Amino acid sequence: MTNLTILILVPLLTAIAVLLCRNAEQVKWTSLIGSLSQLGLSLMLLVSYMNERAAGNKAQMLFQQKCSWYSAMNIEYFVGVDGISVAMILLTAFVVFTGVLISWKVGTLTKEFFFLLLLLSVGAYGFFISLDLFTLFFFLEVAVIPKFLLIAIWGSGKKEYSAMKLALMLMGGSALVLLGMLCVYFNTDDGSGNHTWNMLAISQMHLPMDVQRFAFPLMFLGFGVFTAIFPFHTWAPDGHSSAPTAASMFLAGISMKLGGYGCLRAATYLMPEGAQEYSGWIIGLSTIAIIYGSFATMMQKDLKYINAYSSVSHCGFVLLGIGMLTKTAITGAVMQMVSHGVMTALFFAAIGMIYERTHTRQVEQLGGLLKTIPFLGTVFIIAGLCSLGLPGLSGFVAEMTVFMGSWERADAFHRFATILACASIVVTAVYILRAVGQALMGPVGNEHYLHLKDAGWNERLASIALIAAILAIGMAPFWLNNLISPDTQIIMDNISRAAL
Amino acid sequence: MNNIGLEHILFVSIALFFIGCYGFMTRRNLITMLMSVELVLNSVNINFIAFNKYLFAGKLDGVFFTIFIITIAAAEAAVAIAIIINLYRHYKSIDVEDADQMRF
Amino acid sequence: MLDTKYIALIPLLPLITFFVIALFGKNYFPKYCGLLGTVSLVASLILSATVAYQYFFVAGQVNGVYQPIIAFKYAWLQFSQNISIDMGIILDPISVMMIIVVTFVSTMVHIYSLGYMHDDPRRATFFSFLSLFTFSMLGLVLSSNIFQIYMFWELVGVSSYLLIGFYYDRPSAVAAAKKAFIVTRFADLGFLVGILILAFYSGTLDFQTLIYRLTNNTDSLQNICAASFMGVSALTWGLVLVFMGGAGKSAMFPLHVWLPDAMEGPTPVSALIHAATMVVAGVYLVARLFPVFSYCPAALDVVMYVGAFSSLFAAIVACTQTDIKRVLAYSTMSQIGYMMFALGVARYGGESGLGYMAAMFHLFTHAMFKALLFLGAGAVIHYVHSNEMKDMGGLRKLMPVTHLTFLIACLAIAGIPPFAGFFSKEEILTAAFNHNKIIFGVAVLTAAITAFYMFRLFFSIFYNKEYKPHEHDDHGHDTHTPHGEAPFSMLGPLLILGICSIAAGFIPFGHLVTSDGKPLETEFHLGFAAGPVILALISIVLAFVLYRKQSAVPDRISNALKGIYRAAYRKFYIDEVYLFITKKLIFNLVGKPAAWIDKNIVNGAINTSATVTENLSETLRPVQSGKLQQYAIYFFAGVLLFAVLFIYLWV
Repeated sequence: MTNLTILILVPLLTAIAVLLCRNAEQVKWTSLIGSLSQLGLSLMLLVSYMNERAAGNKAQMLFQQKCSWYSAMNIEYFVGVDGISVAMILLTAFVVFTGVLISWKVGTLTKEFFFLLLLLSVGAYGFFISLDLFTLFFFLEVAVIPKFLLIAIWGSGKKEYSAMKLALMLMGGSALVLLGMLCVYFNTDDGSGNHTWNMLAISQMHLPMDVQRFAFPLMFLGFGVFTAIFPFHTWAPDGHSSAPTAASMFLAGISMKLGGYGCLRAATYLMPEGAQEYSGWIIGLSTIAIIYGSFATMMQKDLKYINAYSSVSHCGFVLLGIGMLTKTAITGAVMQMVSHGVMTALFFAAIGMIYERTHTRQVEQLGGLLKTIPFLGTVFIIAGLCSLGLPGLSGFVAEMTVFMGSWERADAFHRFATILACASIVVTAVYILRAVGQALMGPVGNEHYLHLKDAGWNERLASIALIAAILAIGMAPFWLNNLISPDTQIIMDNISRAAL
Repeated sequence: MNNIGLEHILFVSIALFFIGCYGFMTRRNLITMLMSVELVLNSVNINFIAFNKYLFAGKLDGVFFTIFIITIAAAEAAVAIAIIINLYRHYKSIDVEDADQMRF
Repeated sequence: MLDTKYIALIPLLPLITFFVIALFGKNYFPKYCGLLGTVSLVASLILSATVAYQYFFVAGQVNGVYQPIIAFKYAWLQFSQNISIDMGIILDPISVMMIIVVTFVSTMVHIYSLGYMHDDPRRATFFSFLSLFTFSMLGLVLSSNIFQIYMFWELVGVSSYLLIGFYYDRPSAVAAAKKAFIVTRFADLGFLVGILILAFYSGTLDFQTLIYRLTNNTDSLQNICAASFMGVSALTWGLVLVFMGGAGKSAMFPLHVWLPDAMEGPTPVSALIHAATMVVAGVYLVARLFPVFSYCPAALDVVMYVGAFSSLFAAIVACTQTDIKRVLAYSTMSQIGYMMFALGVARYGGESGLGYMAAMFHLFTHAMFKALLFLGAGAVIHYVHSNEMKDMGGLRKLMPVTHLTFLIACLAIAGIPPFAGFFSKEEILTAAFNHNKIIFGVAVLTAAITAFYMFRLFFSIFYNKEYKPHEHDDHGHDTHTPHGEAPFSMLGPLLILGICSIAAGFIPFGHLVTSDGKPLETEFHLGFAAGPVILALISIVLAFVLYRKQSAVPDRISNALKGIYRAAYRKFYIDEVYLFITKKLIFNLVGKPAAWIDKNIVNGAINTSATVTENLSETLRPVQSGKLQQYAIYFFAGVLLFAVLFIYLWV
């Protein structure tokens, strides 16, 4: 698997094939086959990437492809992957595959639903492999629009409000990103009047300091909106809770990662001096997000709100890791992206499956579900334990790497921020165990819960796939670490070179 | 009695123009409004002829334009009346206040 | 060198058992889960015994000094060049002793549970959790890396959570499980920060390197001693924070609140986790880092005072409790306090290391007799279907074996020779006497109170009044018919543990487990040992007088001591203080404001910007009225405006 364009083409073709299907069954199976083969392709990509590295290929980006797309603006279709992208692609493939499985029961407008889902994944795949800033932005936008429709049409609760809020805030974020990108683009003059969108070239360029001072916050904040940076996080709770299950999984599992990846690859990597200039701000905001998100979670009563706010808190770790500007912390941030993506997808899947059966997400109305639907209950508990950072599951590895990296910064401000971030693990335990205790344990909340049906084959398959991914990271983190840490080293080199 | 000068004719055309405007803005009946528009157009025609006659006597540009405008006014009247008939079929009236759906 | 290949099997066997039972047990062989767990654990026990034999008697010593052996090590997560989490196994006297304790008690508890949980429909789950716990605990004691120990630390925490909440349809069990997890999690926060501090200065996470760098005159040691925060050196901070983690797990004051509630779990679990193994993890942790601790007397003093206070505090509370498991829980806390201050009075090496050895010795003997006490209590509860003392009494004739073994355990914990507790307690008292007379006084007082409340418990259960079976119980069985004493699977472990509670005292611990690995000759002074024993005997007689027969005297005494008795009965209101802090302060002062700010200020700002936009367009909207003539007026007005403007500009 060395032709990266296939990664975009497969979901795109699947999406088109879905449009041609005649009935809901065909639609579902087409999407399933499409996403499954994409998962296979991603795994093959991982293998061939590792082989290539093992064979001693030291290039920063492997499997590059390049062709001119709009030459008047120097826009190129330029793709390539490093370890970070491979990890994100794997994550996306997992979430898309399980998202399709979880949506098996979507009854209204099935064809359109799956089409949008697949279209969204095209955006995500394209985003993670792009090496051209404009292509990156293009795919980012592709990934935004379907969310609006998915929430507004198939959502629940105050879905129109949430869809609108989400779309507007994310669009606002994209606008900032675009502004930042244009600012970068027009300052990439190499003297001959040629500008470039090529990220690899820009990273070697040392953009002038005043450009970075202006463009870095724009880009970081813009991508930060996607990652629910404080105080622009409020789209997340409403959006997540109104969205249909698969869309919640996508939103929290992939979409928030688009932001984190963008913050790292587009903002920090291209503008290291800017990153250093603003690192205090990033750390401040992300620490607030971590602590405040977790306390806000404690007060929530709706399961989806609980997970949505906890996502705000967990994604704070991603930004904290990036803001700390040490290699370990950045590695931890990437790990946290992958880990949180899988974990939150599992969490939303479990919540969705419970909601489908009980028709309520209010914790005080639930109760005793572990007795009536043991499989789903167990899945929920595993997701919860992963969220509170149990060793052996992925969350622990990522959070500890971030802490370890953050602690390398020895002054009082960084120490204080790190300790506050550490303190959030206690609060996390509080809200997760409250939710687990009230919803799953205790006396059975309602007579009719006694007759609920436990998970079907599709739900079991999806849960098991995600749990396997969580375990694979949590029990043997070294492969993920080995995959990404050479590339975080490259980013880090750029940052420390800027420090000189 | 002096000769009728340019000013006199312009005065007539201005009067005609504002009468047309006034009619256009105050009348509710679409037919009357159409007639008011015709008044405005004709005031312009008078201007063209008058300027042509008094200032550029050797040329015919003003006359051409007048003929042009008369033609267009005829076409316009046809279209306008067609619209009015359609409106009438829809609203059972030709009151302009009733046709205010094109808003917001 | 000893053959190290199979050592990894000791923790791995329970792990494999856990996965097998958890995945397949319930559906495919529900009847044999317990058996499978027991068999694999027996295998583990045999392996541990072999390892212990090899370590202590064949391969462990180099020139008469026990050396730590790294059985294997694998870089699990590489943070940076030097700092990595390794999965490794360290063998040294304390870890080898601990694997014996863990596998042995766990095996006993497994066998016991075969009988105790026989009728429970969820016994597959129960045994899988037990295996998970055993795996985590073994991993914890064998850790060669401070972060590895933290990982297993969390894992035992979660197994404890799952097992306390085993009867999850009881709200009280769910609450207790949650409380246990959160309190220990809070303590673990300290542990984590402590690890970060120590790792930062020593530049490693590996125990041996860390200890080496922080006890020899290296840059690391100088830096960590030079750095200070709030007037206390970074070394002290790091160690005290690490100790905070240990105090949480070991239920030291003020982090002990979870332990009595944890008794909601099935009794075998209480015996295994909350008496013999997990709760001593804190002691083990301090012992593991003991060389570093001994470089920092301030941190050791903290350990000492916290331990001594906890032991006295718990002993006083234990006198007033009526739930037999709670009495035992407080006695556990008290005994762990003993071990803690024994560590606190010790110093590294030679004679001054007596406290260290005594603490480990007491840990070992305590595991035996406390497990026995809990399993005995379990047998009683199994029979009576109640935890309350008032429902018991006169069980001596009905449960002869339990009676006998319980008596042995009570004598052992009271420190009566020749039972195990006597020997270890005597060492601790000697160590305390040599170091600090106040602590010694507290220790002796605690020993006397311990003897009193244990025999209060003993007489209340087995003597006091005639046993009257009652109709209803909280297990939901319909009517209770008195059956014979517990099945053999439950009595067997009681007997074995009873024998161990006698025999364990005779192990020459001074030769095996010492702070520096060199053998330590312990002296025995008859005069010194006699005092505490006589005090304990007096306490026993007192308990005998008060509780042998049902009488009104104890009530009269408690009425006379009204205020103090109530305070002790309510556990000195510590729970209430916690509830106040968490429910009232944190919830109302942090949680609610955070949620409020989010809803009204942050979200409010977003919504306000939306509302402002909407209102603006609402205001502008009427312009587009659809009225033709209005448009015409705008048009003319515009033309006029421009006309006036242009004339004004040009003229």
